[in-house]
Amino acid sequence: MDKVAVTRIAIVALAVALLEALCRLGVIPNFTVIPPSAMAQSLWKILASGRFSHDIAATLVNVGIAIVAAMLAGVAAGTALQGWPAARRTLDPLFATYYAVPMYAFYPLLIVIFGLGDFPQVAIGFLLAVMAVIINTLNGLDRVPAVLLKTARVHGLGFIQEAFHIRLPYAAPYVFTGFKLAVAYSFIGVIGAEFITSSRGIGYEISFAYNNFDNPVMYAMILFILLLVITVNLSLHVWEKRLLARRRRA
Amino acid sequence: MSHVALRGVTRVYPGKTPVHALGPLDLELAQGEFFAVVGPSGCGKSTLLDVMAGLASPSAGEVLFENSNVKGQVPDGIGVVFQEDASFPWLTVHDNIAFGLRRRGVAEAEVAAQVGYAIEFMGLKEFAQAYPAQLSGGMRQRVCIARTLVLKPRLILLDEPFGALDQQTRLLMGDELLRLWRETGATILLITHSLDEAAMLADRVGVMSARPGRFLELIATGWPRGRDSTIVASESFGRLTSRIWTLLRGESLRALGHG
Repeated sequence: MDKVAVTRIAIVALAVALLEALCRLGVIPNFTVIPPSAMAQSLWKILASGRFSHDIAATLVNVGIAIVAAMLAGVAAGTALQGWPAARRTLDPLFATYYAVPMYAFYPLLIVIFGLGDFPQVAIGFLLAVMAVIINTLNGLDRVPAVLLKTARVHGLGFIQEAFHIRLPYAAPYVFTGFKLAVAYSFIGVIGAEFITSSRGIGYEISFAYNNFDNPVMYAMILFILLLVITVNLSLHVWEKRLLARRRRA
Repeated sequence: MSHVALRGVTRVYPGKTPVHALGPLDLELAQGEFFAVVGPSGCGKSTLLDVMAGLASPSAGEVLFENSNVKGQVPDGIGVVFQEDASFPWLTVHDNIAFGLRRRGVAEAEVAAQVGYAIEFMGLKEFAQAYPAQLSGGMRQRVCIARTLVLKPRLILLDEPFGALDQQTRLLMGDELLRLWRETGATILLITHSLDEAAMLADRVGVMSARPGRFLELIATGWPRGRDSTIVASESFGRLTSRIWTLLRGESLRALGHG
């Protein structure tokens, strides 16, 4: 392990130890924050008992659907728009202002349309995630060198073949950046939506525990989300590094 | 019957002030001929290649490849190697070379055999599983040549393929190109800015004028088919290059705005 990684871990460990000490010494009262060791203990108990297994599964399934849908729709839309400049110019203001719109404002509308099931949560996750994929796909597709496109023509490739065999493979690192953002946005969208109106899911359980002053459960689930997101992102990071390694000069 | 024929070919880039890039020019290439094009920079050499390949349509005139009109589409049987690195960074050397064969739906056993041969021929054997990023510029250009070669083109168009390489590598790549030409029997058109390269490799050298590019003269080199880079030391090679340079000098000055 290099020096930077050691320093990084040391900083995190120190912060956790500091929080632990402040909570144990009563500087931070337990009804505000419980000690990290207590969070971990509570989480362990919850996971072992299987008490929230249903909620965790529901959240993961919804996040998963939102991610996959955003990836597929985002790459398809990005590819189509790249091949249709007129449509792209028309939609450009939408791309520029998309993330300025607070997506949760549409939540009541989504409930009216789709009812109280899992769909509104998935929809919010998808809507937050899809634009990141579209924008990054377009960015990657725009960068394909002219000589590769000429090569595609020499090989007689049509639009679809060119997209699958030249443009998208070239754009893969950029598309991957879009995927990473899509994963993050899907978690934010789904769990956030569970807070507002839902009868299950990790977000719902955190909100329920909060309303009942159930700090051990609330902090355990917050810790759980943190660990989950960090694990997912680190795996993606490792995968991306491997993907990029072959493209970089040795 | 000529293999490739250009008749009155002109290319004008339309726009507010249309740019007359090429022609009108006529050219006939015999089956199996090695033809080199030299000319001042910006004279329309690459435009000529695009038009011949079917990557651009002539504004006037016609291009015939094996007696059929080339227009707006690259015909089967034409291979192109560009100056810029056109290797696919996401594929291994082997998969790069197999690209065209796979798009054509050639059976995988056949692909392996053909690609194996091309890899051997181009001296890429140790690098079959490497990615282009791990190779030198010359190696990557070999990958692109091999990728073109496996499709067995009957006409190979090369646009300054060795432009980015150092002089020694260029001479050696020239030898390989001659070997490839003899082995395949393909007709070759090579665009180059190196007079030596043109004089050493070609059966005929077409000297182009400043824009709009036209052929000032077509010079037959008279080399035997079994030639290699050692001819650069011969006396007639010196006479040949100085003749090309005499023709080109005035045009190059004009292209620079001194004429």
